[in-house]
Amino acid sequence: MKGGYAGSILRVNLTTGEAVKEPTPEDLIRNYVGARGFIAHTLYNEVPKGADPLGEEAKLIVATGPLTGLFIPSTGKAHVGGKSPLTGGYAEANFGGHFPVELKMAGYDMIVVEGKSPKPVYILIDDDDVTVEDAARLWGKGSFDSEAALAERHGEDFQSCVIGPAGENLVKIACISHDYGRQAGRTGLGAVMGSKNLKGITVRGSKAIPVSDIPGLIEIGKEMYRKSVQHPAFELWQTYGTSSVTNWANRIGVFPTRNFRSGYFELFTNIAGPAMNREIVIHNKACFSCAMCCGKYSHVKTDDYECYVEGPEYETTAMIGGCCALGDIKDIGYANFLCDDYGIDTISGGSIAAFAIECFEKGIITEQDTGGLKLSWGDPKAVFEVLRMIAFREGIGDILAEGTRAAAERLGRDSQDFAIQVKGLEQSGYESRRAPAMQLSYMTSDIGAHHRPSWAVTHDLKTGRETVEGKAEKVIELQHTRPLFDTLGVCRLPWIEMELPVSDYAEAFRRATGLDLSEEDLYRVSERVWNLTRMFWVREFPDFGRSYDLPPKRITAEPVLSGPTKGAVLPQEKVDALLDDYYARRGWTKDGIPTEEKLKELGLDRLVREKG
Amino acid sequence: MINSLQPQTDGGRLLKILKNESRCTGCRTCQLICALSHYEENNPKKAAIGVRGQFPAPGGYKISLCTQCGKCIKACPTGAISNVDGVIKIDEDKCDYCLACVEACPFDAIFVHRDFRVPFICDLCGECVEICPTKALYWRQ
Repeated sequence: MKGGYAGSILRVNLTTGEAVKEPTPEDLIRNYVGARGFIAHTLYNEVPKGADPLGEEAKLIVATGPLTGLFIPSTGKAHVGGKSPLTGGYAEANFGGHFPVELKMAGYDMIVVEGKSPKPVYILIDDDDVTVEDAARLWGKGSFDSEAALAERHGEDFQSCVIGPAGENLVKIACISHDYGRQAGRTGLGAVMGSKNLKGITVRGSKAIPVSDIPGLIEIGKEMYRKSVQHPAFELWQTYGTSSVTNWANRIGVFPTRNFRSGYFELFTNIAGPAMNREIVIHNKACFSCAMCCGKYSHVKTDDYECYVEGPEYETTAMIGGCCALGDIKDIGYANFLCDDYGIDTISGGSIAAFAIECFEKGIITEQDTGGLKLSWGDPKAVFEVLRMIAFREGIGDILAEGTRAAAERLGRDSQDFAIQVKGLEQSGYESRRAPAMQLSYMTSDIGAHHRPSWAVTHDLKTGRETVEGKAEKVIELQHTRPLFDTLGVCRLPWIEMELPVSDYAEAFRRATGLDLSEEDLYRVSERVWNLTRMFWVREFPDFGRSYDLPPKRITAEPVLSGPTKGAVLPQEKVDALLDDYYARRGWTKDGIPTEEKLKELGLDRLVREKG
Repeated sequence: MINSLQPQTDGGRLLKILKNESRCTGCRTCQLICALSHYEENNPKKAAIGVRGQFPAPGGYKISLCTQCGKCIKACPTGAISNVDGVIKIDEDKCDYCLACVEACPFDAIFVHRDFRVPFICDLCGECVEICPTKALYWRQ
């Protein structure tokens, strides 16, 4: 077996209760490398066209990459994938922590969960022993209690990922939680777990992860750690983590405020990094093998509530703080805790709460819909209650639990214009009317409006916030680079923030695996995966094309209300120009469909012909 | 053990490893380098240092590290454990894997793995101190 890989794929069929081990195929490794690549291929190859995302045919895939768990910085990542119940398209999310390395040490590169259990269960993996266990006593518990109960039952040396009530209730923004504060948040994969009656996966591994060149790995690992701790931004990152972004985002007017009406929140200093550290942070909390440590652990206490919570991360601060106009970091921390315990994605959760507040303000929903609750900007109790109603599908929460796109379709009255989503996925925390490359990133991301595949705000600042020229080229470059980390099974942040070069990762990959894939080859894999995930959307939606890449009307027609970007819109002609350039550079049709030649060039033509 | 490493010294004096748990982020890079250095394996489960999260409450981490206190020496019924020039050593030939030492250790700093027929313990090589990104581990001069 190649180094870098655990060597096996585990298939668990919950209909039959059977678990089967298969060797990780050599050609899957060569063509798709790992994690995200494995998910994209498995999904396209194995899940039939038109499958119900919450049905028995759907699959839930948890995959690591060849660098996951190895001795280089930040290798604690696993990706989760499937068909999204929220968008109907390609779904992928990831979490860091200690589960991924444990899974690999148990001997598995990937778990494919199939079928549907007749009753609540969890999967127990102890090296080679795999069983499906009764979860009756866990069902209904919050994420924190569920994870703690599994640790209690099996021991602290087991690592678990679980769903909360939101996943059980098939809430389409439900996440999967691990390590008391790390989530595979986006695209509703918690609901896919819930639909299978799968409460969690618990794993312990004792085996070494094979490595082709141990002295070589030690050498480059030490070098990468040295570069990290000596980087000028290392101390800043250790001190604030992602919350260091909040001040900056407001100063440049990209902080999503009051459901993206503005890019500037007047109370931002109350919720930014320094306030957070002063008021709630008690400890740093890293993922496996991570030097820079973005995770901050907080204890939040007021007269009304008390909780321990990891974060809030920047995204949560932006989407629950800015978007709902909560100007107290403690309120954001508690809302974060509620989301984590219910098992709700804080990005979509914040966005939907803000959408509900705006609907209430405009009379589209009323006290009759909310059970007497008044919704207004800046009211923490309204936000807490809306999140609870979503998690348990109570009252208006039942409609909101479907996501902003579906909720707006149901509620009508032009609410689609301010449902801030693309492809059905709520846009994450950057208001981008004056950041064309960032907005294009959201428009073309392969899971919907998320920043993981491409984050281009600094590029917009550097090259002009009005110009569209050159933006598509940069976005494509980012969409091949950032997802490369998702394919290798490592966090991309040390590359961005500690400036570890891609060449270091390519070298670590070669030393770990002994495979002769060059950096260029790895980029080729990244482009292949990008085109395959695009083809997944094409396959699932007969009318898929340019219209699916468009932002909501607020972005193109409603000027930003206040702050440094006041008055900005991204007009439709710029949106069109960005997409024209993007499609042409990708070798796609004018409607955004990969061409025959492109598929052939990437070696995808046969797969698409057979499974398309 | 594949590699028996030498303890770190300064001018002939043995250096001891101290911990500052308030700085520990639970990244476990110490465990990775420990196992890589001693067994040439990427396997944090073969580390002679423990890191345990205290979640969800009260947060933070407990580091398990040998302080050479010697309680294990007294607890060992076969005389397999001794202090050799300031470093605790377990004699593989004398050890009968009763795990009395593991029980007796006040710091949870004696470890077992199913691949090994004897428990294992820190040899003060200091690789963990060198790699720790937050200086949660440091030398006592």
